[in-house]
Amino acid sequence: MIKEILFELPSPYREPMQIHGYRFGRGDKSVCIVGSMRGNEIQQLYICSQLVHMLQQFEKRGMLVKGNEILILPSVNHFSMNIGKRFWAMDNSDVNRMYPGYSEGETTQRIAAGVFDRVQGYRYGIQFPSFYMPGDFIPHVRMMDTGFQSSSLANLFGLPYVLIRKPRPYDTGTLNYNWQIWDTNAFSVYTKETDRIDEDSAHMAIVSVLRFLSRMGIIKYNCHSGFIASIIQDEELQSIQCPCAGIFQRLKKPGDSVSFGEEMANILHPLEGNVIGHIYSPSDGIVFFAHSSPLINEHTTAFRIIRRLHG
Amino acid sequence: MIQEVVSVGLPVDERMKIIKNHIVPSGEITENTKRICIVTGTHGDELEGQYVCYELNRRINEQKDHLKGFVDIYPALNPLGIDSITRGIPMFDLDMNRVFPGTESGATTEYVAAQVLNDMKGADMVIDIHASNIFLRETPQVRINELHEDWLVPFAKQINVDFVWVHSSATVLESTLAYSLNSTGTPCLVVEMGVGMRITKEYGTQLVDGIFHLMKEMGIWDGDAPEVREPIISTDGSVSFVNAADSGIFVPCVQHWQKVKRGEPIGAIVAPATGEILHRAVSAVDGVVFTLREYPVVYSGSLLARILGEKTEQQEEEP
Repeated sequence: MIKEILFELPSPYREPMQIHGYRFGRGDKSVCIVGSMRGNEIQQLYICSQLVHMLQQFEKRGMLVKGNEILILPSVNHFSMNIGKRFWAMDNSDVNRMYPGYSEGETTQRIAAGVFDRVQGYRYGIQFPSFYMPGDFIPHVRMMDTGFQSSSLANLFGLPYVLIRKPRPYDTGTLNYNWQIWDTNAFSVYTKETDRIDEDSAHMAIVSVLRFLSRMGIIKYNCHSGFIASIIQDEELQSIQCPCAGIFQRLKKPGDSVSFGEEMANILHPLEGNVIGHIYSPSDGIVFFAHSSPLINEHTTAFRIIRRLHG
Repeated sequence: MIQEVVSVGLPVDERMKIIKNHIVPSGEITENTKRICIVTGTHGDELEGQYVCYELNRRINEQKDHLKGFVDIYPALNPLGIDSITRGIPMFDLDMNRVFPGTESGATTEYVAAQVLNDMKGADMVIDIHASNIFLRETPQVRINELHEDWLVPFAKQINVDFVWVHSSATVLESTLAYSLNSTGTPCLVVEMGVGMRITKEYGTQLVDGIFHLMKEMGIWDGDAPEVREPIISTDGSVSFVNAADSGIFVPCVQHWQKVKRGEPIGAIVAPATGEILHRAVSAVDGVVFTLREYPVVYSGSLLARILGEKTEQQEEEP
């Protein structure tokens, strides 16, 4: 393993921010793995750090297949993480909306350009992003429908679902989108948590990446073969909005099966404690996303379900 | 009349409301009566538009008989942000100007965006007022996507700004209020002026004069309206950027809207701890400084200034 500084940014009064890369093996640029890009992506940092740790062990045991290079960036934005901010410490801009970056541009454009320069050209790119709404997902692989995506490859992670999403204008600045545009097969692996560590879903994500690397002939690793994924389109997910605001009492969690008319959550009056609203399932299906904060606004997406799929 | 455009229940005993002041003309109203919308407060740290809304209301109230069309004033598209000194939408950390056009059935922010957009659609003019951010001071200007240049520049010339920047089309800007309105046939001008978290009264007055001038041209106002200045019309090719080459404290040595020559200093990035000058920033062109760094702490890459190069359409047309 070689640890190297991929990008460095000076600061007026803090130590320079150094983005480290961990390089395993030599040969073709096979896979690049990027962890935390935002300051609250602790779960993503944890997953990547565990991958670095495990690959170090694999390297010692000769489990890396010759002729492949693996690069891991566990953290891109620990400058924000160290001071408890989600976005860039100075101007609150999002590094993951700046790709492919611009080396002569503003600070986060320069960070993105510096990172993209080093993570480009790999056959596969794997990222662990987070979602802007507080909630839990079923662990899944997400790809953008750029016309270059390969859902059959995404299936090789062995996670239960592969979600294909049509990019919106603001997605064009993400690492995943730009990887795909520049000929890297890009996958985003979503787990359950962001700012806390969930060992079970982190383990699931780690094993899914190792499974993928094994199936691609990059490492020698025997594991359970996982799931044959259901491929779903983002527009097939049914969003269920919360009818009123208050304390959110969740009755269903991601992965649960629900039937038409089944109660999924109660909303309690925040001052008087009585139930002021209910959320019922509009169809049979499986819960894909569930709001996780104890408070909820009116019109917030409380659940997203995969319609007409039975668990 | 204050009206609610959209509201959303917050968890504990509060509703977030986006309001507008719907001002109705006192005379006869027909199907040809025009409507102008003045919008601001999309970013919670941009307050220059607050003075514009106040002053516009005040002047209309003083001479209401001269109002011949509808004026809708939306002072705060991001009310939670303004009241908590937060640029984005609190709780979501989302940029309100990246969620348009929104959807009726979408999540909270998208739902709100859709309702706001629906309320403005069909207006004869929308003026969307921004104030840069806390880092940069901007000369009053209108920014127009090149896709809508021919249609919008004639309007932009009416509202008393110093220049009009016709910029290239970027995919990410398709999520803005202005793009969503312009692409569906409702003309929208984006005004940038001043600096975040502050009010520059002089700029606000300048823009309000321009709004009255435009309203008079459109037949919405028949009272006196000030004459307006002729703006410089510029494209991306005329704009030169000066970015920080190091991290430190930026000390400018030029004034805002000051002319500079190529190679002349804009300012220096210094290290207070040692007294060193880390970098001297210079202009790459002859021109005028229309954006100047206001917030002194800079990282490598921070924007220090934008300079409008002297080769402009206005000057090319001069004999």
